[in-house]
Amino acid sequence: MDIKKFTFIAVLTIFISTTSVIKAEEECFEGVSRAIFKFNLAFDDIILEPIAKGYSKLPSPIKSGTNNFTSNISTLLSIPNSLFQGNIKQVGHATGSFVINTTVGILGFLNPAEKLGLKPHKEDVGQTLGSYGIGGGCYFVLPILGPTTVRDSVGLIADTMIDPFAHITLREHELLGVSGSSLDYYSVKGTTAVDFRSDNLTNFESLEKNSIDLYSSFKSIYLQDRENKISNSTGSDDSWGNLDN
Amino acid sequence: MKKFYFFLILFNIIFTSTTLAYSTNPKEFVFELVNDAITKLSDKNLTKEEKAQFIEDIALENVDIKALGMYTLGELRKSSEKKDIENYQIAFEKYFLKSLTSRLSDYSSSKFEIIETDKKSTNYTIVSSKVVPDDGKPEIKIDWRVYTKNPDKPLIRDLIVEGLSLARTQKEEFASILSSNNNDLNILISKLKEFIDN
Repeated sequence: MDIKKFTFIAVLTIFISTTSVIKAEEECFEGVSRAIFKFNLAFDDIILEPIAKGYSKLPSPIKSGTNNFTSNISTLLSIPNSLFQGNIKQVGHATGSFVINTTVGILGFLNPAEKLGLKPHKEDVGQTLGSYGIGGGCYFVLPILGPTTVRDSVGLIADTMIDPFAHITLREHELLGVSGSSLDYYSVKGTTAVDFRSDNLTNFESLEKNSIDLYSSFKSIYLQDRENKISNSTGSDDSWGNLDN
Repeated sequence: MKKFYFFLILFNIIFTSTTLAYSTNPKEFVFELVNDAITKLSDKNLTKEEKAQFIEDIALENVDIKALGMYTLGELRKSSEKKDIENYQIAFEKYFLKSLTSRLSDYSSSKFEIIETDKKSTNYTIVSSKVVPDDGKPEIKIDWRVYTKNPDKPLIRDLIVEGLSLARTQKEEFASILSSNNNDLNILISKLKEFIDN
C-alpha cells in the first residue's frame, strides 16, 4: 500500500471515529443540505425525471434486462463486503450469482441465478462499517448523489477502491483480461439511477404531493433503509410500546 | 426505498371499502379488509368521489388515527397543552384523510397474500404479507402493525413496507418541522391546515 493510500485511509478512519458518535438523525449542516436538496430536486425535474419517464416507456424485457445487467455488476461490490462482514453464505450467493448470470445469463442481462435460489444482498462499505458497530455520524445531502451520512459517504469513496468493476473502469486496470474506461463506470451508474428513478416515478410524485416537509421525509426514508440494510432485516419500529391510549 | 410507494398504495387499498365488520382475528382482519378494498377500488362503476368517501369511512373505522396522531407528535404529546393537542388531533385527522384520498389514483391491480403473524404482545400483532403487482414488478413485503388491546376491535396503527414505516416517516417529518420552529405545536397545526386547504 503506498503512502498516499495509507494516509487517506488513516484520515478517513479518524474522521469516522470522531463523527460516528453523533446520531444519524442529527444534521451536519442542515441549511446547506436543504439548499443542495433543492438543487437535486431541480436536477431531477429538468434531467433525471424526463429521462426516467422516457425509459419507463421502453418494452419490459429491455427494462428488466437493464436492471439485471446493472444489478449483476453491483454484485461485484457485494462479494468483498460480504466477506468483510464474515457472511460466507452471502459470499457464496453473490459469487455464484455473478458467475452464473455473467455466463449463462448473457453478461447479466438475464437472471438465471435467481431461479437457482441465489439471492445476493446488495452490500457496500457503508453497510460493512455499520455491521462493525460504527454509527452513521451526522446526516447531509450530496449534490446529485443525494442523502448520506458521514459513514456512508466515506463508504462511498471506499467502494470505488474495493469494487472490482471500479478497478477495471475508473482506474483502467486489467483484471482477468477485462478492461474498461471511466465512461463505462459512469454509464453504468447513470443507468442504475435512471432505472431506479423510473421504478419510483409514482412514488416520488406521491411523496412530493403529500409531504409537508419533503426534505425530512427523504431523510427518514434514507435512514430507515440504511438501518435495514445494515441489519439485513426489515424490522419494525417498536417505539409504539409506550403509547397505549 | 425502492418500494416505499407500495405502502402509500396499500393505505389506499385498505381504506377503499364499505364499512363492514371484519374478523377480530388480526390475520383475517387484514386479509378481509385488503381484499374487500381491492374489489372496491377495481370497481369501474364507482366514481372517484365515491371511492374517496369509502377511503374516509374505512380509515375512520379501521385505523387508529388518534393514536397515530399522538405517535407522530413524539415527546411533545406529553408536554403540550390539552387544548393544543385537541386542535392538533382535529388537524391531523383531516390531514391524514386528505393525504390518503389524494393517493387514490396511485392504485394498481395486485395480488395480496398473508405470510405469517407475529404476536408481539397482548397489544400488538404484526401481520406479514406480500403484494404481487400484476404488472410483473417484484413482490413487496408489507408488515401491518395491528393494535389488539381491544380484541373485539383490532385497529391498524402502521404499515411497514420493505422495512419503511409510514408512521415513523411521518413522525420524523413532524419532528423536523417542530425542531426548526421552537417546538411550537401551533406552527405544525398551521402547516397541516395549509396542506388541508390547498
